[in-house]
Amino acid sequence: MELSGQVAIVTGGASGIGAATATLLHDAGATVIVTDIDLAKDPPGRFVTHDVASEASWQALLADVLKTAGRLDILINNAGISGGPGTLESTTVETWQKVNAINSEGVFLGCKYAIEGMKQTGPDKSASKGSIVNVSSVAALIGSAGPVAYTASKGAVRLLTKSVAMHCAEQKYAIRCNSVHPGGVDTAIFNILWQTMGHEQGKAYVGGAHPIGRMAESEELGELLLWLASERSSFVTGAEFVADGGITTGLSRRRVIGAP
Amino acid sequence: MARLENKVVLLSGGASGIGAETARLVVREGGKAVLADRDEAKGTALARELGPSALFVPVDVTEEATWQKAVATTVEAFGALHGLVNAAGIGVRNTIEDCSLEDYRRVNDINSLGTFLGCKSAFAAMKAAGGGSIVNISSVLGLRGSSAAMAYCASKGAVRSLTKYVALYGASSNVRCNSVHPGYIDTPMIAPRLDQAAGNRTFREYLEDLHPLGRLGRPDEVANMILFLLTDESTFSTGSEFVCDGGLTA
Repeated sequence: MELSGQVAIVTGGASGIGAATATLLHDAGATVIVTDIDLAKDPPGRFVTHDVASEASWQALLADVLKTAGRLDILINNAGISGGPGTLESTTVETWQKVNAINSEGVFLGCKYAIEGMKQTGPDKSASKGSIVNVSSVAALIGSAGPVAYTASKGAVRLLTKSVAMHCAEQKYAIRCNSVHPGGVDTAIFNILWQTMGHEQGKAYVGGAHPIGRMAESEELGELLLWLASERSSFVTGAEFVADGGITTGLSRRRVIGAP
Repeated sequence: MARLENKVVLLSGGASGIGAETARLVVREGGKAVLADRDEAKGTALARELGPSALFVPVDVTEEATWQKAVATTVEAFGALHGLVNAAGIGVRNTIEDCSLEDYRRVNDINSLGTFLGCKSAFAAMKAAGGGSIVNISSVLGLRGSSAAMAYCASKGAVRSLTKYVALYGASSNVRCNSVHPGYIDTPMIAPRLDQAAGNRTFREYLEDLHPLGRLGRPDEVANMILFLLTDESTFSTGSEFVCDGGLTA
């Protein structure tokens, strides 16, 4: 199979885009390590409890993966939180720091330790090989697709990705790094909305903001992440991949929820 | 006619570099400049030089309380707040492999959290003034990746995205918000490194060569772009990216 012999880590793999991607990677032949702060039900690979905001947790995860699987080829930096419905004026420093610790610092640490792991996969640095995919958001591209701290954290991921891609290219590591920018995907990140509007009504509401008239299912993002993880995208690095039902494409009346 | 007559502008990083140069232009164009900076010596010296239209306020951009005090002091001294320039920032060289979590957080706190807190703290006063203009200083490294400035890239990417959020949030209150993306500008942020060796030439020569115009930018060149965004010459521009980079991203 296409990814036979390859080892992948998927953060935030217990649900949503992470779970869907983990399954697709597994089905393509990869050995998948599913990590999450919440326990995963029936993960398509070994589950490891992991806090992406903790450097010690990343160090332990990398040591574990290299010891048990012997190599690392793919990292999907998918774990993220919305931080709740904070606006410019209502968001506290505490919320800002929490969202950035997970969404931005978590991706930074993931890239840092994945490169360390991928470099150890081969006998020398020219043999280092791998693909890192960072899940950003359309919120990094337009100003109304998420709360303020979330928006900034995803903007950080967007540019961090390019710096990582450039570094790996300059060092002659065959490690690629790209960002993915999903529009609204039917996942637990919308839990607060599901609780207030109900799942189906909430889905229709968010879906209605997308030109194609619906939200995405996690599997639709998983396919893109799988492609970026695989060698099918071997000339692709430092780039932005949008899968958003057209939300960043055309003209629409956009407002920040909670704006005065 | 002066372009900023009776407009009050609060500038973080106002004591040096791009912030200081912008403060000079603000005062030259009839406005009031409030220099918000950690460097009290430089800030008070510049305020004295600029005269009664300028004021220094001590601000640590990562401390919300100091921002709130700065906004209150500004309104108390000059009656209103119309413009905010988030120019405070640090440039640190590190790659994904050699950057510590501590360094990553420090750069993001000053450049990204600091800009957020500026926007947050100034918003109500600008809204009360009937609207205003926020100018966030991002960078060409908020547009393109550099291997040697990983944390800085992330922080400036955050500012770029944050700016669009603030623009849409403030639209109904007539508060505009744009980002400025300078190339390498000859300021105190990069001055200490300019004479260092970069291969068989100096770092300055290396940086100059990145820009099609063949030189570093001057603070006043960026300040002129910021001034335009602060004035009523740019009233239909919001949520946009203004590049001032000698052709670097062309």
